[in-house]
Amino acid sequence: MCIALPGKVIGIGDAMARVEVAGTRLEASLMLTEGVEIGDYVLIHAGFVIRKVDEEEARETLRLLSEFLEEQG
Amino acid sequence: MKYLDEFRNRDLAQGILKRIHALSRKNLSLMEICGSHTHSIAKYGIRDALPSTIRLISGPGCPVCVTAAGDLDRVIGFIRERRDVILATFGDMMRVPGSDSSFQEEKARGSDIRVVYSPLDTLDIAGANPGKEVIFYAVGFETTAPTVAASLLMAQQKGLKNLSFLCVHKLTPPAMRALLDSGETGLDGFLCPGHVTAIIGADAYRFLAEDYHAPCVVAGFEPLDVLQGLYLLVRQCEEGRSAIEIQYTRVVTGEGNKKAREVMERVFEAEDASWRGIGTIPASGLSIREEFAAFDAGKRFIIGKGSSGEPPGCSCGEIIRGVLRPYDCPLFSTVCTPEDPQGPCMVSSEGTCAAYYRYGGGEYEGR
Repeated sequence: MCIALPGKVIGIGDAMARVEVAGTRLEASLMLTEGVEIGDYVLIHAGFVIRKVDEEEARETLRLLSEFLEEQG
Repeated sequence: MKYLDEFRNRDLAQGILKRIHALSRKNLSLMEICGSHTHSIAKYGIRDALPSTIRLISGPGCPVCVTAAGDLDRVIGFIRERRDVILATFGDMMRVPGSDSSFQEEKARGSDIRVVYSPLDTLDIAGANPGKEVIFYAVGFETTAPTVAASLLMAQQKGLKNLSFLCVHKLTPPAMRALLDSGETGLDGFLCPGHVTAIIGADAYRFLAEDYHAPCVVAGFEPLDVLQGLYLLVRQCEEGRSAIEIQYTRVVTGEGNKKAREVMERVFEAEDASWRGIGTIPASGLSIREEFAAFDAGKRFIIGKGSSGEPPGCSCGEIIRGVLRPYDCPLFSTVCTPEDPQGPCMVSSEGTCAAYYRYGGGEYEGR
């Protein structure tokens, strides 16, 4: 039940974000998060943005994983 | 980057699996707390792909599954008497069996019970039905509780007088402590929930590593996330370490989402709560603070809290505690199926029994 899908913020207004999630557009409240901007990827749960997704960390996880797997063959 | 496909890469997944096989020596029982992890592990066949040394145990991480039958019974008893009430809840709750009925059956009998996607939707329902009392039956862990708290604050701001909340929220860390204290399952480590931890922060598990010496890894839900999380967990166990590691760094930090926690703490305070299959766990639930009593359906309509209890023959209690596997329950896939669930673990798509029923896995290896 704690499912939260990542989506891209395409608009912000009146404490609500318009978010594109897997091709669908949703409205989600910004009451629970700070510093969300247009273009950010966010997690949406039960009609609220609950977290910004850190793009650098995402790339880093994948980079480290690829490196680690290459190292050990 | 879409944050989904990149974390489903088959070659990388097989690479991590190979590392886990090379690393694993000890026999380990690892618990995934979260129902979404249970679902991912079953869906991607991870259980069967792991070495035979690793046993994955599904924990009490499906909020629907741990809702006590007695809590449901009291609400059902109340709405039968009150035709001026609209009950709203999340879809997963509809088919959960109480002692003798479910919300779905009550709806068929004429009660006005509505499924909402967001607790915010209840504000519109209350606004559109001024002659009715709207009650939101709120289940969920720390991921969901802030959304309910925020909705309650919005209702107050809008001056809504006919909307109230009946909260049976549960908190994750106290349940993990209770599982370790019971000693029933002999756990070697925890795969910690990604989205609960996005809110509470990984630091909330510090007591598990420090006091209980239980290794913990917070992981995401895509196959690479789960596999990398398990790799890190196995590595801690093999090295004899117990630390809090975060695999899901794109979403989880040590601190978590401070703003969401502030909203949650403004509205709620911790209280003892009854868990199906486990019983009462101290300070593992949330009650609405006195300041917001006007929005507390429990206080306004005197709907008490119920005790736990399962339908006869149902093993959900033992399955939620990780003591039995679904295959060990005499009802599993015989009289208890997703079409006609006897216990809550078969109802929710994230319930352990529903995941095993749908995807199978581990049946013959005894894990």
